[in-house]
Amino acid sequence: MAKVWIVLQQREGRVSRISREAIAAGQRLAGELGGGQAEAVLLGSGMEELAREVAGADLTAVHVADHEALADYTPGAYVAALAPAIRDAAPGFVVFPHTYQTVDYFARLAHEAGAGLLPEVTGFERADGGLVFRRPILGGKLVAKVRVRGEGPVLVSVQSGAFSADSVAHGSSAEVRELALDRAAVRADREILRVEDAGSDQVDLTKADVIVAVGRGVGGEDKLGPIRDLAAALGAEIAASRPVVDNGWLERDRQIGSSGQTVAPKLYVAAGISGAIQHVVGMKGSGVVVAINKDPGAPIFNLADYGIVGDLHEIVPALTEAVREAQGGG
Amino acid sequence: MRVAVCVKQVPDTEARLRVGRDGRWVDEEDLPFQINESDEYALEEGLRIAEGTGGEVVVFSLGPERVKDALRKALALGAAKAVHLSDPAFGGGDALATGRALAAAIRRDAEAGGDGFGLVLTGSQSDDVGYGSTGSVVAGVLGWPHAWLVMGVAVEDGGGAAEVTREMESGKNEVFRLPLPAVLAVQAGINHPRYASLKGIMQAKRKPVDALGPADLGLDPATIGEAGSRLEIVSVAFPESGEGAQMIEGDAATVARTLVEKLRTEARVL
Repeated sequence: MAKVWIVLQQREGRVSRISREAIAAGQRLAGELGGGQAEAVLLGSGMEELAREVAGADLTAVHVADHEALADYTPGAYVAALAPAIRDAAPGFVVFPHTYQTVDYFARLAHEAGAGLLPEVTGFERADGGLVFRRPILGGKLVAKVRVRGEGPVLVSVQSGAFSADSVAHGSSAEVRELALDRAAVRADREILRVEDAGSDQVDLTKADVIVAVGRGVGGEDKLGPIRDLAAALGAEIAASRPVVDNGWLERDRQIGSSGQTVAPKLYVAAGISGAIQHVVGMKGSGVVVAINKDPGAPIFNLADYGIVGDLHEIVPALTEAVREAQGGG
Repeated sequence: MRVAVCVKQVPDTEARLRVGRDGRWVDEEDLPFQINESDEYALEEGLRIAEGTGGEVVVFSLGPERVKDALRKALALGAAKAVHLSDPAFGGGDALATGRALAAAIRRDAEAGGDGFGLVLTGSQSDDVGYGSTGSVVAGVLGWPHAWLVMGVAVEDGGGAAEVTREMESGKNEVFRLPLPAVLAVQAGINHPRYASLKGIMQAKRKPVDALGPADLGLDPATIGEAGSRLEIVSVAFPESGEGAQMIEGDAATVARTLVEKLRTEARVL
């Protein structure tokens, strides 16, 4: 029976929410494989307590790779710990949370372990006698259905929010085991110097009730004036998706998304933002979402409450005018 | 220092997409292509490092005939030479198959040139399939250290190591020292890419572009491209819109007034 391994990401003795989502995905995947077994893998140093906590999920085993060199993440140590274990145990699938840390090392792990690699999965189902996985492509504009072929394990990462952490099945049969390590081979391949703040962190967007966010579609720094006018009329903070910040049109501390801030305002106006997953993870908790985009196929319209297809350079000034009118009349 | 930069040519991110006739990829007829965004930043970073250390950039790309446009652009921006993995056998590969082919081409150039590369740079993720993994596989094949989502590179004097900044989640960066040679997957925003000059465009026409097939790299065609991949794309489709947005139509003034009215009375957020 094919086993499913779930490699959890922990920091300071805690398992992240997206790791619990990975457990839920792994349990479901094991079920799809016909009563296969789901087993968790933890890497770190001094993990007894966390291992017992993870063993509260419905799993057949929790494998613990305990080593000083695993206390801080480095790809060298992680790959050296996991590659021989995956070769030996040959689980059908190894599920990872799709985080920056996972992507940093798991392709290399696939190469070293002789495994297949399937990043950023958002779902799977049985079709034509096999499993078909879904993943976003082309900035989330399309969804690809992907099949895995050939023999041997496949490393799969699951996108944040694709599976519910609350749906993790609980159990009591998980046995905590030590993962056999070639202890001399497990060593860091980077000399970590420091961790620092990426931005100046002067702007806290998380407290804003209303946010007007702009994307690449705004076209340039010189075209931000009407956006600022709308933000002023709405009493909103101005924010941006990543390309706007990369181009230097707005400061990095106004970026929303996986590498920026996560916000949940009452009203979120997305102007010229296509809705790539990296942006959506930072704003999907918003109350009411308004999307303005010239492309009717932009994925932002799938999660917006109100959508306007058109040129934001015409719509935004008109919207500012309408807001002012309404305020004047109200 | 000689720097290898891997670039991919992808559909223009602003282009309207259609699903192709076989349903397995987008229709590429009349589709505009461009160099993948994070790869442009990788190329700029490579050019800066090569200029700063008195070296050169060799640009690598895998894909059909149209990829020559991307390579010409990279040469116009300042790369000295281009290597094109142009054989159709390379196409349709997953990250592992593509990484194996690129690594073989990089190794071949280094062996021929004698000097070798101090760095291989790639973008962090392609804007089409988005595996985000090719650079790490190249590193695995070459046996070099690597990092993904790189936001800063400072090569130490002598070129034996670099101080590398990697983006982490929640607005933090990790800074670490990496021995060279290494493979770095560069994040968009690390620098401000230059524009090609007219002189650069003229010079690019005389710079060499090597076209390679699997035999040139000593690769078994069964290990590369679609044949050598564990993944098979069965179909692509526009996402089901679910509930979707309430679409508001009309001229700018009308949609603006309608939206404000709905935000006040229906959504009650104004």
